[in-house]
Amino acid sequence: MLRSPSGVIGLIILLLAVSVAVFGPMLFPNSPWRMVQRPFLPPFTLATVPLGTDALGRDVFAGMIFGARVSLLVGMVSTLVALVVGVPIGAMAGYFGGRVDDALMRFTEFFQTIPSFALAIVLVAILQPSIYSIVASIAVVSWPPVARLVRGEVLSLRTREYVQAAVVTGQSNTWIILREILPNTLSPVIVLASLMVATAILLESSLAFLGLGDPNLISWGYMVGAGRTVIRQAWWITVFPGVAILISVLGLNLIGEGLNDALNPRLSREGR
Amino acid sequence: MISFVAQRVVKGAIVLLAIVVLNFFLIRLAPGDPAVVMAGEAGASDQIFVQQLREKFGLDKPLPEQLFVYVKGVVTLDLGFSFRQQAPVSKLILERLPATLLLTLTAFAISLMLGILFGTFAARFAGTWLDTAITIFALIFYAMPIFWVALMGILLFSVTVDWLPSFGYETVGANLTGLAHVADVARHLIMPAMTLGLFFMATYTRMTRASMLEVKRLDFVKTARAKGLSDAVIQRRHVLRNALLPVVTLAGVHSGTLIGGAVITETVFAWPGIGRLMYDALLQRDYNLLLGVFVICSAMVLTFNLITDLVYRLVDPRIEFTT
Repeated sequence: MLRSPSGVIGLIILLLAVSVAVFGPMLFPNSPWRMVQRPFLPPFTLATVPLGTDALGRDVFAGMIFGARVSLLVGMVSTLVALVVGVPIGAMAGYFGGRVDDALMRFTEFFQTIPSFALAIVLVAILQPSIYSIVASIAVVSWPPVARLVRGEVLSLRTREYVQAAVVTGQSNTWIILREILPNTLSPVIVLASLMVATAILLESSLAFLGLGDPNLISWGYMVGAGRTVIRQAWWITVFPGVAILISVLGLNLIGEGLNDALNPRLSREGR
Repeated sequence: MISFVAQRVVKGAIVLLAIVVLNFFLIRLAPGDPAVVMAGEAGASDQIFVQQLREKFGLDKPLPEQLFVYVKGVVTLDLGFSFRQQAPVSKLILERLPATLLLTLTAFAISLMLGILFGTFAARFAGTWLDTAITIFALIFYAMPIFWVALMGILLFSVTVDWLPSFGYETVGANLTGLAHVADVARHLIMPAMTLGLFFMATYTRMTRASMLEVKRLDFVKTARAKGLSDAVIQRRHVLRNALLPVVTLAGVHSGTLIGGAVITETVFAWPGIGRLMYDALLQRDYNLLLGVFVICSAMVLTFNLITDLVYRLVDPRIEFTT
């Protein structure tokens, strides 16, 4: 991982983004919702408001720092939830095979066919926008690739000698799956997960842009959406949060690539 | 061939039916008693009227019967009524469908052509500055949210230099006809189609590059070279043709994302398609319309998947039309 330059760059970007999300609000306690200056203050004019203010005089820089929390948190938690759903389904399908495999894979394919962003919009709209409904919807649309990947891995691991040995010694299915098989599927799953976090951040920002963000939390997508109508007067309100999204997603994609080269040279990039 | 197509159509129909059933339960999940919501939307909400609505739409019947009525409605293209827009949902969608098809197909064509072109170049000159430049370019576009690319496009090409219109499908009030009208729509189409296309172009570039480098190492390419074929012929006829297979698969997988991207692109550029319709439905919490658009989007994706399946079999000489 450390040998690939793109992986290192990605890692640096991620560390930076995470530390902004964790420590930023402590060092920079200005609430992103508070009016601090006159509206439409251009960036780089006042040191206290380095990136200017939006249409209501709110600090764009503060918004970006607090937005980092929401974006990264939603990205990571929804990916975790997707793993919690996708890994067991894939493991069971691959391990038991036959009818179980058929049924679970039809179910997975069904979810993969539904246009994901449209489903996410519908789900958030119906459940009412909140951080929980957003995480849930992103997880619902992103678990199928995990299930398919894990199934494929389990399918090939199931026939290995050490698994057969565990079967012969009378271990239970659960024990074999959890202790013998799943640990060996870890590296491709980690690669996929890092790319999924990136996709989840993009999804969250798109939902927030359409007005489907949590109304109590500021996020990058919301900021771009709010700045959209005044783009002719104030370019900075839309430009800076977008750059933040671009950099974080880029960082995660680079990490995914670095991990891919390091952990799993066989895995091609089509598994996403 | 025919049995293959028939099989796929049946499979698609089953998936669509399942989506319609899912849709039915999603409507029930929506906040509020549908009859009360409808009464409110129609502007009256006394008990007798609500009861009448319940009977009219069969909401007083048991759930399985309601489901049956709903599915029957969708099969006959009756997707319910939008009280906000005072029109049947299917009529609203059909009016908007051509604009969305124009946008998504143009974006798809742009992304596929440019993606394969750039990917081929990057693989051909692997390791040179050209490869690095294309790879970085693709990585960056792959990381940009579509709505932001759209806004940056407007900022650059409409606000800074006044080259392209920033919204709409045609110039309002110009009443152009014939070729002038086509040119006008094309001018409005450039930015939305490029915005939507660039993200997918990045994916196809990366895929084509990786896939071509993989195929290049295979034995049959060495054989072709040993036969004394020219480099151009090897690249085109042997490497590219085989390298395109995963790209075609990816295109099928991406059709759903393309529709999702269209919702965003149409919203930013006020493009009068079903994506914009979905956004309007969202703003007005018009659940009937929202879920109607969702069903049609799913149907479009299924159709698109069917087409890519067929194309795959045309491109890949090894697969026959049996299963």
